[in-house]
Amino acid sequence: MTVTAAAAPTAGPRRGRAVGGLLRGVPLLPAVVLLVIFLAGPIAYCVYYAFTDMQLTGASGTHFVGFDNFTRAFRDADFVNAVELTLVFVVGSAVIGQNTLGLALAVLMEKAAKPVRSITSTVVIAAWVLPEVVAGYLMYAFFFRQGSLNAILRGLHLPQQNWLYTLPILAVCIANVWRGTAFSMLVYSAALNDVPQELVEAAEVDGAGPWQRLWRVTLPVIRRSVMTNLMLITLQTLSVFGLIYTMTRGGPGNKTETLPVFMYQQAFTSSLIGYGTAVALVLLVVGALFSVVYIRLLKIEED
Amino acid sequence: MRTRLLAATAVAAATTVCAATLSGCGSGSGGSAKTIKVVYQQQLNNNNHVQAGFLEPMVQQFEKANPGTTVKLVPVTASENDYYTKIQLMMRSPATAPDLVYEDTATINSDVASGYLQPLDGYLKSWQEWSAFAAPAKAAMKYAGDGKTYGVPDDTDTRGLWYNKQLFAQAGIAVPWQPKTWADVLTAARTVKAKVPGVTPLNVYTGVAAGEASSMQGFEMLLYGTPAANDSLYDGKQRKWVVGSKGFRDALDFVHTVYGEGLGPSPQDALGANIQAAVGTEMIPQGKLAIDLDGSWMPNNWIRTGPKPWPQWETTMGMAAMPSQNGQGSGKVSMSGGWAWSIPAKAKNADLAWKFTRFLESKANSAQWNSVNATIAVRTDVAADPTYLKALPSNAFFTALVPATYYRPGLPAYTQVSSAIQKAMESVTTGQSSVDKAASTFDDDVKTAVGADNTVQGAR
Repeated sequence: MTVTAAAAPTAGPRRGRAVGGLLRGVPLLPAVVLLVIFLAGPIAYCVYYAFTDMQLTGASGTHFVGFDNFTRAFRDADFVNAVELTLVFVVGSAVIGQNTLGLALAVLMEKAAKPVRSITSTVVIAAWVLPEVVAGYLMYAFFFRQGSLNAILRGLHLPQQNWLYTLPILAVCIANVWRGTAFSMLVYSAALNDVPQELVEAAEVDGAGPWQRLWRVTLPVIRRSVMTNLMLITLQTLSVFGLIYTMTRGGPGNKTETLPVFMYQQAFTSSLIGYGTAVALVLLVVGALFSVVYIRLLKIEED
Repeated sequence: MRTRLLAATAVAAATTVCAATLSGCGSGSGGSAKTIKVVYQQQLNNNNHVQAGFLEPMVQQFEKANPGTTVKLVPVTASENDYYTKIQLMMRSPATAPDLVYEDTATINSDVASGYLQPLDGYLKSWQEWSAFAAPAKAAMKYAGDGKTYGVPDDTDTRGLWYNKQLFAQAGIAVPWQPKTWADVLTAARTVKAKVPGVTPLNVYTGVAAGEASSMQGFEMLLYGTPAANDSLYDGKQRKWVVGSKGFRDALDFVHTVYGEGLGPSPQDALGANIQAAVGTEMIPQGKLAIDLDGSWMPNNWIRTGPKPWPQWETTMGMAAMPSQNGQGSGKVSMSGGWAWSIPAKAKNADLAWKFTRFLESKANSAQWNSVNATIAVRTDVAADPTYLKALPSNAFFTALVPATYYRPGLPAYTQVSSAIQKAMESVTTGQSSVDKAASTFDDDVKTAVGADNTVQGAR
């Protein structure tokens, strides 16, 4: 990768250069210290707790229990359910929802008249600027039984239902799409500006329709932005907690209990800090796996 | 460059996730010799200021009688479950530990096991009024591990059925009403459903969001009414948690029947975090609920200083004891809990905290607290006091339930078992699992929580 390639020459056989390299690193020291204390520290703590039976209440001490928490998790039907829901939530709301809708909005807005463009972007970005809990509450007000969605459906004489009860995972997915699309839209708007206009025009002269131009010219040019965007929204969506907790608290039953909500319930409702932390660690691994896949894809592109 | 950026993002995202589990409370406390911090729960329903209204004048009197002392009241605004979590986090660290904390008897043993509280035996020895406290209430304050006492109870409660006499008249059910079996309760609910449309026939708290209310007012009121009675959840003789019992499935089946037949609130309301406030301040006063399986404290909602003043409750609402499953035993069931004042192990000023506790728990002040809070007295001299008995028309009825009452197993693992009960209830309420499947999930959860060695197969 680029990092190792750049570092290799400095690590050469000559001492002088090594010392010089160290000296050059000195100004970085305060930043490194801060990172170690506030980033690496909590993660190390988190890793340690995951291997203990720490409880918030009810236990006289904390003991090292090896991999017990992890074996327990993989045998726990609720945990498996949480992993599945997390995948549905990430793929449904981020990879498909936010990503596609963000791209569509960005492409359409390029063509749109200026007033339409400014109004649309204001509306979309407003959802993104709202604090998570406020967004969650608004979406709850939209979906709940006496909420605005059912009022609209009633006005149109269409059948209504209690969305948060019958289709809770769909409701939270839509909420997350609503809230997060602005981010993808902004990334893609910026990327589309970099698409050379002459390429598009050349394709048009050669007789390519709008779909072909998007699929064969624009997308290949902005593919790196697509990957970066996918990675960022995947990681953001993996850790969404406030939105779901405000809307459904993980319920009804455990139908919207994604990993972050499950982790919270275990750590603070069941008081099992050790187990909850182990779940957090698994969430970390899931995020790392997604990252590795995306980084590999990017690297293939670069080669 | 891009790789590095991506790696940094991954680390940042990971840290956010970890921080969510680790973050506690960060407020510091000033601990001079003359100052104590007193923590109690402010209910989420912001209109309910009964405890603040009682404590604030008490603090003024105490500070006047003890010049130079400062009592800092720290209300923690939270639902019950979140309150437990918050005080536990506060008591973990000397920087945030209060000097006096209001503890639910359900979590007190669990918190003692974690070393959060200090024994009060040294103080109690020289306090003669301790002998006036009812024996069962005192027993609930004792930790089985060392036989020491960790709290001074200030109230207890009993549970039963509240019913709306006007709705019963419309449904053609004779009042006063006293069901003899579970079937009688369901029959009455079905009658209401058939005869009085637009009214919820029967409320039984259920699910995770209602927390301990589901376990205690809901499930245990049923479970302790099965033939195994006091040994239905925890077998005291064998000292093991009971799994796989028929009684458990029967109790779960009752919940399933209530919600499956549409006799209860709609599951989406019942499973919402707001259900307790909705029952007390909306459904009952608006005459939308016929029968409510609930606690002795319900008039708290309706008294003049409560969140929903409703003087007509005295004539509208009737009370009946919850029957046992088939009318066996004494024929009625009640569960008791209550709250107590405890001194955290990491308190900075335990002596002054004790002095304030003694002041709060004097006969006069206890009587006042039990009257304003509509709780059942734990001091026997207060329980016999005519002003207390007359303070609320319901006091005599609920005080009389005390002989039929059960206390929850005072064990650290109880909170986890209680969570497992709530989960089982929720899954049958939504219809997500069958009664048998929910019961076997409960068995697995309990075995995981307490260890399979500490469980015993109940009567099938």
